Amino acid sequence: MIISVASGKGGTGKTTISVNMALALGSGVELLDCDVEEPNAHLFLKPVIERSEPVEVPVPLVDLQKCTFCRKCSDICRFNALAVVGKKVLVFQELCHSCGGCMAVCPEGAITETGRELGILNFGARDDIRFINGRLRVGEAMSPPLIKRVRAAADPQRITIIDAPPGTSCPVIAAMNGADFILMVTEPTPFGLHDLKLAVEAVRLLGIPCGLVVNRADIGDRKVFYYAISENLPVLMTLPFDRRIAEAYSQGKNIVEEFPEWRERFRELFDKIEAIIHDTDEAVSCAK
Amino acid sequence: MREIVIISGKGGTGKTSLTAAFAALAKNSVLCDADVDAADLHLLMQPDVRQRADFMGGCKAHINLDLCTSCSTCIDLCRFGAISEQFRVDAIRCEGCGVCVDFCPVAAIDFPVQRCGEWYISETRFGPMVHARLGIAEENSGKLVSLVRKEARQLAEKRGADLIITDGPPGIGCPVIASIGGATALVIVVEPTVSGIHDMERVVDLAAHFKVPGMVCVNKFDLNVEMTQAIEQLAIRRNVAVLGRVSFDPAFTRSMVEGKTLFEYGEPTATQQQVRDIWTQISNSPSMNTLGIVDLKSTIQ
Repeated sequence: MIISVASGKGGTGKTTISVNMALALGSGVELLDCDVEEPNAHLFLKPVIERSEPVEVPVPLVDLQKCTFCRKCSDICRFNALAVVGKKVLVFQELCHSCGGCMAVCPEGAITETGRELGILNFGARDDIRFINGRLRVGEAMSPPLIKRVRAAADPQRITIIDAPPGTSCPVIAAMNGADFILMVTEPTPFGLHDLKLAVEAVRLLGIPCGLVVNRADIGDRKVFYYAISENLPVLMTLPFDRRIAEAYSQGKNIVEEFPEWRERFRELFDKIEAIIHDTDEAVSCAK
Repeated sequence: MREIVIISGKGGTGKTSLTAAFAALAKNSVLCDADVDAADLHLLMQPDVRQRADFMGGCKAHINLDLCTSCSTCIDLCRFGAISEQFRVDAIRCEGCGVCVDFCPVAAIDFPVQRCGEWYISETRFGPMVHARLGIAEENSGKLVSLVRKEARQLAEKRGADLIITDGPPGIGCPVIASIGGATALVIVVEPTVSGIHDMERVVDLAAHFKVPGMVCVNKFDLNVEMTQAIEQLAIRRNVAVLGRVSFDPAFTRSMVEGKTLFEYGEPTATQQQVRDIWTQISNSPSMNTLGIVDLKSTIQ
């Protein structure tokens, strides 16, 4: 079971919800931090990191002994990652999307692949909560391939909770695609609602069931709740604005640990999600 | 021409609220929303759109099943798993590399260019604004960011404005890299939390990589004064000028609900004065010299 926690707008509480839900479940669960540009979940879960591995993507390596400078490689590349200049082939690794087109098209077999480092994957655990995050190398532009590698390391035997990046473009899609449920975390403000609407459009495009957590539910206005009703989005949990929670967060402390009465509420949140996934599965199998 | 870009690393620290407040204080400036992925500045600026244009991004493959001979060459070559056994292209997985298009032996694959979004030139009560909307689930956000920044620059030149205020995106990836290259200075808005300082450090590393001068302000500083001090110390170590502190103030949310900037909401407050002082610091900073020359002494280390 894969639950992806997303939001559209940044800073609404994705990491808080992901980490606290994982802690409330306690075992048989894993937390994947897919916000590889700014990974934060480890600051709150505080896992023991057991190993790290570099993540590379393939990029072309041209053997100039074999190359006839026919330009077929630079012609096929839609990303302008190759240029043939006189008796040289320039490879702009950071523009390469690793499609392998140049290697496939080269009539001389002069192109092989080498690796370019995107970032690192960290593997760890806190008790029986498995933890993986990706850290994009500073200066690297492309996060989706790294997000896909974090996803590929998931353990299908466990409940997988994904902490997704903000936004609605390709990195978020990489963190949501193929999930069984998207949990949207929002705040009842004009910015929160505007970005939520965009994110919900993205979820609809993927055809995944979705529910809402409204964080700091007592600030702003009521429009997000009206929107939830009109879009038939279940509000699965609300959290009030509480200065004690905000201060605990600022120190890296977790709600379920500081305020134990919340443990049960996060478990209930998971139970509601599980029920929706179960109902969706039944509806799908009936439809078939 | 000078351009300040407001970034944060972490999302939700108050970039857009502060950008809008700066816009209310600035004179003769052009506004630019470079957070094309989840643009919010227009909610406070209520821009009157005068000009709109399509943003054309990359291409995506489309298989013409009438011509397809089911040879599977495309499936074998596609590294993104975007082509199904039934020879349908999953538009979300398609990377737009065109390898299938070039290798199809019967030329059954079309490769139409995609409309990936829209961009606008608008008028607001604080001057002209360039902004955009990236299509849902689209790629090429970096390209669109570069485009809106270029248009903002041209507009500023045309209007004789000598300052561009750019609201940047969160993170450190493609759209952020596109937002900060060539900026006169960055204003980094940080919240005093463990994640705020962690993410600030990564965005400072990125800015150092691009040799851009930077300044920092701590928003909601009173949520954790110790962390605020840690952030300011980190800033000093990295040659980032400390601009000041802004209190946690519900007036930001209340003014947002009314579609206003902080300065258009209620009676003058202490928070308004904090933001005003920060704006004065930014305006008088050596890196914001009127010549628009990059101040090498103030680049982030």
